[in-house]
Amino acid sequence: MYMDQLRKDDFEIVGVKIEDTEKISQPSLSYWKDALNRFRKNKLAMVGLVILILLIFMAIFGPLISGYDYRTNDLANKNLPPSAEHWFGTDELGRDVFTRTWEGARISIFIGIAAALIDLTIGVLWGGIAGYKGGRVDEIMMRIADILYGIPYLLVVILLMVVFGQSVGTMILAMTITGWVNMARIVRGQFLLLKEQEYVLAARTLGASTRRIMAKHLVPNAMGPILVTMTLTIPSAIFTEAFLSFLGLGLNPPLASWGTMASDGLPALRFYPWRLLFPATFICLTIFAFNVIGDGLRDALDPRLRK
Amino acid sequence: MLKYIVRRFLFMLLSLWVIITATFFLMRLAPGNPFTSEKKLPPEIEANLNAFYGLDQPWYKQYWDYITGIASWDFGPSFKYKSQTVNDLINSGFPVSLTLGLEALFIAVSFGVLLGVIAALFHNKWPDYGSMVIAVLGISVPSFIMATLLQYIFAMKLQIFPVALWESPKHTVLPALALAATPLAYIARLTRSSMLEVMANDYIKTAKSKGLSQRAITIKHAIRNAILPVVSYLGPLTASVITGSVVIEQIFGIPGLGSHFVTSIQNRDYTVIMGMTSFYSIILLVCIFLVDVAYGFIDPRIKLAGGKKGE
Repeated sequence: MYMDQLRKDDFEIVGVKIEDTEKISQPSLSYWKDALNRFRKNKLAMVGLVILILLIFMAIFGPLISGYDYRTNDLANKNLPPSAEHWFGTDELGRDVFTRTWEGARISIFIGIAAALIDLTIGVLWGGIAGYKGGRVDEIMMRIADILYGIPYLLVVILLMVVFGQSVGTMILAMTITGWVNMARIVRGQFLLLKEQEYVLAARTLGASTRRIMAKHLVPNAMGPILVTMTLTIPSAIFTEAFLSFLGLGLNPPLASWGTMASDGLPALRFYPWRLLFPATFICLTIFAFNVIGDGLRDALDPRLRK
Repeated sequence: MLKYIVRRFLFMLLSLWVIITATFFLMRLAPGNPFTSEKKLPPEIEANLNAFYGLDQPWYKQYWDYITGIASWDFGPSFKYKSQTVNDLINSGFPVSLTLGLEALFIAVSFGVLLGVIAALFHNKWPDYGSMVIAVLGISVPSFIMATLLQYIFAMKLQIFPVALWESPKHTVLPALALAATPLAYIARLTRSSMLEVMANDYIKTAKSKGLSQRAITIKHAIRNAILPVVSYLGPLTASVITGSVVIEQIFGIPGLGSHFVTSIQNRDYTVIMGMTSFYSIILLVCIFLVDVAYGFIDPRIKLAGGKKGE
């Protein structure tokens, strides 16, 4: 018979090979690597990142390269337009606007980052404990947060600045005293979802302590929203600083922040527009950079939200 | 529903109580007494002044008087301008601020929704990118910078609009635009993403297969549902318009409540700061409360009984 001449080896499977279906052809990507790839593809966010890096670089080295000091008055050379000697011109006391701009960058960015970090710490602890413990603890903690959340942010900041005087410390305190509530609410929401997951149950069955579960399982998994909220807190703090300076509640001279420079430049707008132009441009650029980075991070870390 | 409203109302009162109490005690901590000035007052006069303003009373009496005062809509006197009370300032300034605020609100909501809808309808085409560029710019440029920019370009250079003051409708255009810019941008983004979500729903496909025109689908089916997040944003929006107007009024020299507030801050007129903060808080919290309640009525899907609130 014809069939008898066929042996098993004569056949070869053309389609799916069982052993190949399990083969991993590409290196496996962790969640963070995957997110990084997505973030890199976001052009706007990359533009923001480049701007931010440039701004931070200039904040560190800018005051050094101009050859001027940010606080030395030079009344013979006041209100000069931008030129080869004074790249951004000079202000009403003859101080170099270029140097002051980057001194201001240091203070503005410092205030932004410090406020964000404090919000982060209090918010994660408060929201984390409330979300994880649940029940009565959650109820009480979140009611307190709700009451604080209802208090208008800027009014509190203004009030504290009026009473406690104008310094970088007061400003950061004023911004964080109710600012952390937002972070706490987000962390709590995340923890409420995450703590019902099987791996948390598994960890608990294995005898992991609450602290370990929070630090090793819950916080890392809630990191995406936490990071995004933090990135978006920084521009709002920078904005608040500038806003306060505009109300005359900013830092005392000769300290320069972008807010105080812009507010000093305002009355001179008609004749010396560059005194407002430079700090204002950099306030906008910084807020822009942090905002698009924040948006980019949100899209990258949570692809489900991507439109 | 009623239970929810009552609950939210009680929380609003609690928040109000916290901020009014905090204001009261913070102002007592503030350096200097209210009558500190260049001239040293004779002790008899100072004693009389203290008696007149009730400052010789123990603190709990003062606190009680202050709380009951606010409850009966009396926000206290001004220490710097003896003949003026905070109520006078509110009566003269609030109508102006309200007009400015409503104008800004109108601009922000109408143009914000329009931009967002256009962006969603032309998803990933140039109108979409155009609107989103405007939105990102609007979010990145703080209102006071927007205000000075508008002032510089349209009032000083092009001289189309008056530089400052509050006299004719033409005077209101630039400040209202400056105030509206940031909320407009937020609303545009919100509307866009919520429109995109709604447009992907099955009932939109049904409407399309029924042969309805794009216009009918957009107006009758999509926008109605897509507008909900915008409604819930109206609470924070009111807050940002009200506090934003503080600086805008200062820049454009508008005699509104915000200007009075800034003046009182610069004069360290503590009782006025106190009274105005309380007034602002009441306005803000009531607005947010009303928006929350309205939201519950508009969107029947929202579960009011569970304590979950909007962001």
